[in-house]
Amino acid sequence: MGAWPVMKTIARRELYAYFQSPVAYVFLVVFLLLAGFFTFSLGGFFELGEASLNAFFNWMPWLFLFLVPAVGMRLWSEERRQGTMELLLTMPVTAWQAIVAKFLASWMFLAIALALTFPIIITVNWLGDPDNGVIVAGYVGSLLLAGTFLSVACMTSALTRNQVIAFILAVVLCLLLILVGFNPVTSLLARFAEPRVVDTVAGFSVLTHFEGFQKGTLDTRDIIYFLSVIVFALFTTGVIIRGHRAG
Amino acid sequence: MIRVENLAKSFGAKRAVDGVSFEVGKGEVLGFLGPNGAGKSTTMRMITGFILPTAGRVSVCGFDVQDNPLEAKRKIGYLPEAAPSYHEMSVRSFLRFAADMRGLRGEARRRSIARVVEACSLGSVLNQSIDTLSKGFKHRTCLAQSLVHDPEVLILDEPTDGLDPNQKHEVRSLIKRMGENKAIIFSTHILEEVEAACTRAIIIDRGRIVANGTPDELKARSENAGAVDLTLSGATADAVKEKLTGMPIVHGFDILAADRSRVVLRAFPDKVAAQARTGMLAGAIAELAARQNWRIEQLHTEEGKLDEVFRSLTLSDTLPREQPRRAA
Repeated sequence: MGAWPVMKTIARRELYAYFQSPVAYVFLVVFLLLAGFFTFSLGGFFELGEASLNAFFNWMPWLFLFLVPAVGMRLWSEERRQGTMELLLTMPVTAWQAIVAKFLASWMFLAIALALTFPIIITVNWLGDPDNGVIVAGYVGSLLLAGTFLSVACMTSALTRNQVIAFILAVVLCLLLILVGFNPVTSLLARFAEPRVVDTVAGFSVLTHFEGFQKGTLDTRDIIYFLSVIVFALFTTGVIIRGHRAG
Repeated sequence: MIRVENLAKSFGAKRAVDGVSFEVGKGEVLGFLGPNGAGKSTTMRMITGFILPTAGRVSVCGFDVQDNPLEAKRKIGYLPEAAPSYHEMSVRSFLRFAADMRGLRGEARRRSIARVVEACSLGSVLNQSIDTLSKGFKHRTCLAQSLVHDPEVLILDEPTDGLDPNQKHEVRSLIKRMGENKAIIFSTHILEEVEAACTRAIIIDRGRIVANGTPDELKARSENAGAVDLTLSGATADAVKEKLTGMPIVHGFDILAADRSRVVLRAFPDKVAAQARTGMLAGAIAELAARQNWRIEQLHTEEGKLDEVFRSLTLSDTLPREQPRRAA
């Protein structure tokens, strides 16, 4: 039997676990409400007077900062707390396959949450004549951003049996990924560092790489950035789990 | 089918398992005994590939657990110590998950699940969510998971823990039945379980094997093994003492109770008689009684008790340290 059927089984169980608990539905409702609130109230969707989802995507990193760690915090901490990690890893599956399968399941859950924001696309198309290509790029960027934060949460959840600690660690790390490219921070940094240094530091930020998607450009470098953070975080997850097994 | 060679595991400075070697063949049920923290669970976790050993090798059905983990894991059914399961799932979907993980599909999956549900008596709770179940049901659900692919090798860490006496009995007979064509290792604290279900037992203490043999062989290592308890009437304590002292086969004896016409005593065999283990001492004493016209009311050769052996083997280092304190 190949790796794929086993990974599919794990992913299916993981996704099923989300929808088995009321937390998933609470999450979806909170996500949709906050997305609406940010877009229409804070983002000034109507006041902007343009047929675009800029107001919607602008807030995505900040919304994901808290909501994505909430989705990812239980990935491995719960397996360890309940002892099911021992069950899972003694079945015919490698740790890597299990890590990737569980990650993909959570990512799919976030994709579902993102897909449920579709009324806003309908709204903007009904009110005006937006560039739907830009909107698609924005969604692709949002999905990659969600995956990046999720991989960080996956990593922190492997560190501890306590979901709350996993959540806080993930938020802190994700916040760091935002802040190094956040305008107020970069301009502060620019006061006592060379522009080259500031640019390099900002290059590590999700904001810097998310910008392109908001403008409607799919830059390979941005895609590579997000994917490499994901791969790095999942690899670290594997190292942490191997560390638990080595004692 | 299971071969463990010089297996060792250190956690920091603590040596949890220290050079353990043994083999288990098809049709064998190996009982794993030892005090808490002796290294039983750690050894089992290394056999199943969950924990990586510091040194040594494990192979299962010819597959090295470290070099070829997937092949080895396919052959193993494993019940971890606390019988974990995904609590939000129903028993049915949990078993379906386990079957899917083992590559069972369609009709084969349906039949496998039906088989383990029957074997573990889970029929009445199939559609209940696992977190609503009693401990016994949770435990058997996890046990069912380990059997779903009808594995050649079963590793069961305290399979009867948390079960009531009836359930214990059921699981024990299940293990015994399955042991006929599988290789099974199970750990337990309950010594009678070893006598009831095992073909062989290993006692492990501080990460080392201190005894390895059939339950009968282990019992024979008991201090009182081979001792003869008897009650004689028509005899006096003095006469019995005199005659027994004259017998070379009697290593020693205790008069436990005596009155004018009745003596209760325990006689210990010398080395030769103890090793022969054929009731030599009982025979000799019976002959003596016949010659002396003593009437035997009761005669019984002690088989030895597993718990005595267990205590003497696993406490041997702690006793001398405690004794001076008690004297002082």
